[in-house]
Amino acid sequence: MTKLLKSGAFAADPFVSVADDAVLPDGDIIVSLARFQKERESLLARNAPLGVRLQSSQSPELLGDDVNRLSLVVLEFPKFRDGRAFSWARMLRTRLGFTGEIRAVGDFLFDQVNYQHRVGFDAWEVPDNFTIAQFQKALGEISNVYQPSADGRKTIRDLRASR
Amino acid sequence: MATPVFKMLTSNRLRDGDVLYWKAGTWVEDLRDGEVFPDETAAEAALAAAQKDILGNQVVAAYLFDVRIENGAARPVKERELVRAAGPTVRPDTGKQAPSAERVSNHV
Amino acid sequence: MYRYDEFDAKFVAERVEQFRGQVARRLSGELTEDQFKPLRLMNGLYLQLHAYMLRIAVPYGTLSSRQMRKLAHIARRYDKGFGHFTTRTNLQFNWIKLVDVPDILAELASVEMHCIQTSGNCIRNVTADQFAGATPEEIEDPRPLSEIIRQWSSLHPEFVFLARKFKIAVGATPHDRAALQFHDMAVDIVKNEQGRVGYKVIAGGGMGRTPYIAHVMSEFVEREDILAYLEAVLRVYNQDSRRDNIHKQRIKILINAIGPEEMRRRVAREFDEIKRTGSLQLPQAELDRIAAYFAPPAFEALPDAMPLLDSKNGGDRAFENWKKTNVHKHRAPGYAIATISLKAIGQVPGDASADQMDAIADLMDKYSVGEIRVSHEQNLVLPHVKQKDLPAIFARLQAIDLATPNAGLITDIIACPGLDYCDLANARSIPVAQRIAKKFADLDRQHDIGELKIKISGCINACGHHHAGHIGILGVDKKGVEFYQLQLGGSGAEDASIGDIMGPGFGEHEIAGAVERVVNVYLKERKTGERFLDTYRRIGMAKFKEAAYEQVPA
Repeated sequence: MTKLLKSGAFAADPFVSVADDAVLPDGDIIVSLARFQKERESLLARNAPLGVRLQSSQSPELLGDDVNRLSLVVLEFPKFRDGRAFSWARMLRTRLGFTGEIRAVGDFLFDQVNYQHRVGFDAWEVPDNFTIAQFQKALGEISNVYQPSADGRKTIRDLRASR
Repeated sequence: MATPVFKMLTSNRLRDGDVLYWKAGTWVEDLRDGEVFPDETAAEAALAAAQKDILGNQVVAAYLFDVRIENGAARPVKERELVRAAGPTVRPDTGKQAPSAERVSNHV
Repeated sequence: MYRYDEFDAKFVAERVEQFRGQVARRLSGELTEDQFKPLRLMNGLYLQLHAYMLRIAVPYGTLSSRQMRKLAHIARRYDKGFGHFTTRTNLQFNWIKLVDVPDILAELASVEMHCIQTSGNCIRNVTADQFAGATPEEIEDPRPLSEIIRQWSSLHPEFVFLARKFKIAVGATPHDRAALQFHDMAVDIVKNEQGRVGYKVIAGGGMGRTPYIAHVMSEFVEREDILAYLEAVLRVYNQDSRRDNIHKQRIKILINAIGPEEMRRRVAREFDEIKRTGSLQLPQAELDRIAAYFAPPAFEALPDAMPLLDSKNGGDRAFENWKKTNVHKHRAPGYAIATISLKAIGQVPGDASADQMDAIADLMDKYSVGEIRVSHEQNLVLPHVKQKDLPAIFARLQAIDLATPNAGLITDIIACPGLDYCDLANARSIPVAQRIAKKFADLDRQHDIGELKIKISGCINACGHHHAGHIGILGVDKKGVEFYQLQLGGSGAEDASIGDIMGPGFGEHEIAGAVERVVNVYLKERKTGERFLDTYRRIGMAKFKEAAYEQVPA
């Protein structure tokens, strides 16, 4: 079983995933891209946070102009080797200016959490036995970074210049 | 008529990558000491039994391979397994074939 | 050459500790092999036929003597006393134990070396011309840009789980010694019509199952834009590559599927966005700062005076022969570039023993400002030697069996490790190289034949670059027997071409004879000044094929 890690702490998940053919409950929901594209107007008109779940082959550009009316984008890792979601998260933060939650779900390794964090993920669906200490460790193993990313962190070049 | 083909089971020791051969529930380092399975059933049973050592993080990459019996000894059919059993053909001073290599039997 | 500052040092040190933790988690079972495999690959650790193989990065092929001595030490302490220089200018050790790797990485870190991203589906070692900084041909030294690319690509969070590996090369000369057009992406340092230096970027080249020559992505990228442009290419690749078929996941497949024009359009779009954010601009000051590490040594004012026959060297043709092939023109008068061939006749191509490495380190210190280069042709190059020191260098090389005078000749064969070492191989490649080398050992014959690049791969993955061989040989497994297919007319130089497949393969004991018959056709048909490659391009396959498949009388 899994639990939600959000902004560095475990949290209850207010969102409910809704199948394409199921009736929409009240409250925070997550729908597939297909359903979002089909029922966009009515979904956005609901007075509750909306999340869309993207498969690894689906670019966030497919969300259209309303991406910032979403509260959550869920990016799937069908297999940890499929690294497309790293680019999707970066795109959401940088090109699309998305400020909501970007959540990693599926098959990913503890050792990928650091990279996910850098490109803009701020929530993870993790196994029940995953600890905050492991999370902190994953983020802290490599102190400095050579290249800029969506996290806006200072790079080694910046640190060198400010010595 | 080609002589019959039998199976043996091999893997690599996780810690050091050394090539191993299954023998009666354990692993040996020399192909000559390894077990030749009389039939597919025995081979598959050994592969299944070997999973405990994979799950137990002792070995990796376990698989069955073909051998023929020549002069009473198992000889791999494929060049790859011959090289794996002996060592690089271009460096006879390295690998299990090396004169300095000890022939170690019956342990993991 | 580049020297780590405290940030670089900390980076590799932390990487070592990270891997130490990952190894512990693997041994305890917290990580399964499936989970551990990408992690160990990104630290250069493969499980091969006999043991683990560790691939050590040699960025743009440059090593210091201190680093060479450390490699010798590692060979002795953790391996079987020798290492193998690869076609991506890295060094491989074949007999490594997993449990030793964290300590090996720590030893490497102590001399500013690492194994980061030498395998795995990520950006790999950046390679460059082995004559960089020494050749008079270059527009500028390609290594500062190579170092900048190396840093930018190190643990790049967006690109560590690409669809497949990604290989980058940098060039700066009209004569391409780095096989740029066979890389996933390459940067060619060029001058525009106004004489301004910038970068031509090409992408989509590759070897393997389906070889391709790269397409131009941009004829001229301004200096300050280069990282933004490279990131744009990687981003399009990461987003748009297939992920459903491992044989169709290199960038060459993507570009050929959508067409180079569409690829350029997608890259341009990403590039415009990145450039607007400004986060990846490369200021001239940074380029200058890195370039300063690669400033040439202070060359003495010496006259150009190549030493002649020296009776101390046995007074014979050995030194003259070596000079003919293994010594190249240097930008500074009185200096030379000296190639150490790792292709001694009958030896394993690209291998060097620990003792040889130590002796080479001494040579580096004494004669080449402590520096050496690795070429993608699996040889070593002393970049800055004085012409007057050449006799002494040659004598020393003779003493350690590294004076083979065959650079660029038919016995200077590239061969992958093949089925003797590699888990992926279908056939052995090294014995074929040895057999061919022995057949053509006569030096007069080699000089008569002239430049002929033979490249041998033991499987379709083409690590021996056989598609780019003037004569390429591919080992295949035909019903359990090793067979060798011939390809003719490939080239990895600026005149890049993919070799043409001749036909059915030859057996292990036939292939050298077939090669000989092919060479004899060249000798018969050539016009003055033609290399093998030129004659092949002029007359085509037919006569070569006919001769190759001729039955040799018993």
